[in-house]
Amino acid sequence: MVANVTVPNETDRQERVAQWVDRHSGSIMVLPAVLILLAFAIFPLIVSAYLSLSRFALFAGSFKLTFIGLYNYSRLFVGAQQYHFLGTFKPFGPLELTLFAVGIVVLLAWLARYAMRGFALFGFIGRLIAAGLAAGLWYVVLGTVVAGGFQGTLLNTLLYVFVGVFVQFLLGLGLALLCAQPIRARSWFRVIFFIPMMVTPVGVAYIFRMLADMQKGPFAPLSHIFGVSQWSWATEAWSARLMVLVGDTWQWTPFMFIVLLAAIENQPRDQLEAAHLDGANRFQILRDITWPAIAPVAATVVLIRLIEAFKIIDMPNVLTAGGPGLATESLTLHSFIAWRTQDLGGSAAIGYLLLFVSTITCVSFFNFVVRATRRYQ
Amino acid sequence: MTAMPDDRPLMRRLFEPRSLDTLAPVPKIATYGLLFAWSLIVLFPLYWVLVTSLKIQIEVDAGPYYIPFVDFTPSLDAWNFMLFQNNTLWPYVNSVIVALTSTLLALLIGALAAYALVRIRFQVKLAAILSFIVLLAAVIVAVAAFAVPWQAAVAVAIALFLLTLSTIGRRFKAALGNNDIEFWMISNRIMPPIVAVLPIYVMFQHLKLLDTQIALISTYTAVNLPIVVWLTRDFFAGIPLDLEESAEIDGASKFRVFFTIALPLVRSGLAATFMLVLILAWNEYLLALFLSNANAQTMPVLVSAQNTTRGPQWWYMSVLIVIMIVPVIVIAGFLQKHIARGLLVGAVKG
Repeated sequence: MVANVTVPNETDRQERVAQWVDRHSGSIMVLPAVLILLAFAIFPLIVSAYLSLSRFALFAGSFKLTFIGLYNYSRLFVGAQQYHFLGTFKPFGPLELTLFAVGIVVLLAWLARYAMRGFALFGFIGRLIAAGLAAGLWYVVLGTVVAGGFQGTLLNTLLYVFVGVFVQFLLGLGLALLCAQPIRARSWFRVIFFIPMMVTPVGVAYIFRMLADMQKGPFAPLSHIFGVSQWSWATEAWSARLMVLVGDTWQWTPFMFIVLLAAIENQPRDQLEAAHLDGANRFQILRDITWPAIAPVAATVVLIRLIEAFKIIDMPNVLTAGGPGLATESLTLHSFIAWRTQDLGGSAAIGYLLLFVSTITCVSFFNFVVRATRRYQ
Repeated sequence: MTAMPDDRPLMRRLFEPRSLDTLAPVPKIATYGLLFAWSLIVLFPLYWVLVTSLKIQIEVDAGPYYIPFVDFTPSLDAWNFMLFQNNTLWPYVNSVIVALTSTLLALLIGALAAYALVRIRFQVKLAAILSFIVLLAAVIVAVAAFAVPWQAAVAVAIALFLLTLSTIGRRFKAALGNNDIEFWMISNRIMPPIVAVLPIYVMFQHLKLLDTQIALISTYTAVNLPIVVWLTRDFFAGIPLDLEESAEIDGASKFRVFFTIALPLVRSGLAATFMLVLILAWNEYLLALFLSNANAQTMPVLVSAQNTTRGPQWWYMSVLIVIMIVPVIVIAGFLQKHIARGLLVGAVKG
């Protein structure tokens, strides 16, 4: 970046400026992006870190920050806010203990396999962090959901992220494979299937509230036939969560679909034909030729969706406002509500924990899945 | 065999009538059945909003009516109210201005950075970055905890930064290359906006820019910048080097090469990126919720605010949703192929 070339003196001032600009053009081109990211990402991150370590108090026309250490975090893990963030734990029975042991053994086996095959310090540390997070989350899942406790916002978010992205991927892949067949009106289906991605998530949430109305929605007569006129999906935890997932899936399946379809269309034709001539059936072609060809793209779109899915707020906020109780509240919504109640420190702490979980998950997914699928390219 | 470029859609080229290209009747029926079923799932919610926007309150509340002119008489009351009586147009204008401006800015800044990262070698000293971050943190703590005036803190920090750079900074050789800078830029997308939005809120409050379009535009630009860098980088990397080199030998500056040679060559990729970022900016909800109130309110916030104390007024809300999604669907309908290709390029190299 630093060049020590002296400027020739015979050029006039204007030309000297032009030359200086040209010599530093790389830095000048990158600088706006760096400055913007500094101002809107790094600076806020540091401020947030400080906020999450302090108590915020409002005074008339002013506010005061008091440094309180890790109190905001400990509150979320073991204090008054624990039921909100992690949920309430029930003691482990034999089933939970067995499942937990199985989970630990699987993780240890995974680590051991890596250590045996080829040990690299940074790779091992990365795997250790990922395994630690997975073990912690598994413990929370067992203690709250499996043991019959109360599910907190952390698990709600992970439910939306993992179940949602998984279902969207399967649906998107299925639709892409269907659409890649020799059929008429292919481009029409493609345009139609793409539409939901462009509808604003807030709109999607309201549309699904309209559709799911048991009194005046379009499916009301149908539900009356089955005798469920008094029941509402919004009053039960799992049906409300399901609604959020349905809305999210409707919106984001097109994203998976369109990229996977492009990937399927891009694979070389001669390979397919050769396999066909050799007598491979459609399923074999899919498993042995199409799938390996599109795996890197598939892994990458899943990664992109993972990154975005951790930020979910519009859907639960509009569909259920986080209810019933806290059943559909995502971490972002949780943080937003804390901010509205002037608990800025708590809000920042929740945001930071979301940042940790999503970063470790996404980076692990990139290192262990996306990289692995690209190795054979 | 021929040298002529084949302009037909890829699918048609791939599936010339041959043995692989015919479906047996049963799979054919199943395929069409599934595709139609999914089309229904996609289209019915949209149909329902459109129909609801043509109803009046009693027709919504009295139970489901499905087809205009058949089981209810459509009316434009809701449209009339939302477009001409209620103050809806201003948020719409806000949305257009904010989404378009921020998308163009993100595209320009991101493409410049991506191009430089592809074509020019960078060596940023690790020590400089570390000392910068430490000083930034020190400034924040000094201002927040010890009530030091921020101008003084920033001035001292800059002086200290230059001092450290010129003394110990040069001794440490460890440096970050292009890939690291690129990864850092792209990784910013992983950050959930909720982490950053509180300080951004306070920042704009201090600058007296809260609830203005400038606040939204600059924030959206920053949020979408990583996507632009991530997608456009691969388009630039695909340009043959000789074109640019010959222009440089002829005396063109790097900026000139970028604007007159590189940019035009990747315009279809830029179109895809533009569309994708435009959709994201147009639909953004969380940041608008924090940073706008009355003046700079955007459409998603307006839509979500329709849930009044008397319950949601579906007929009005439907109008808002329809006018919000129609322009994007029209534009993106034309460009969806480019979007697919753009995402694909990014996904393969990503």
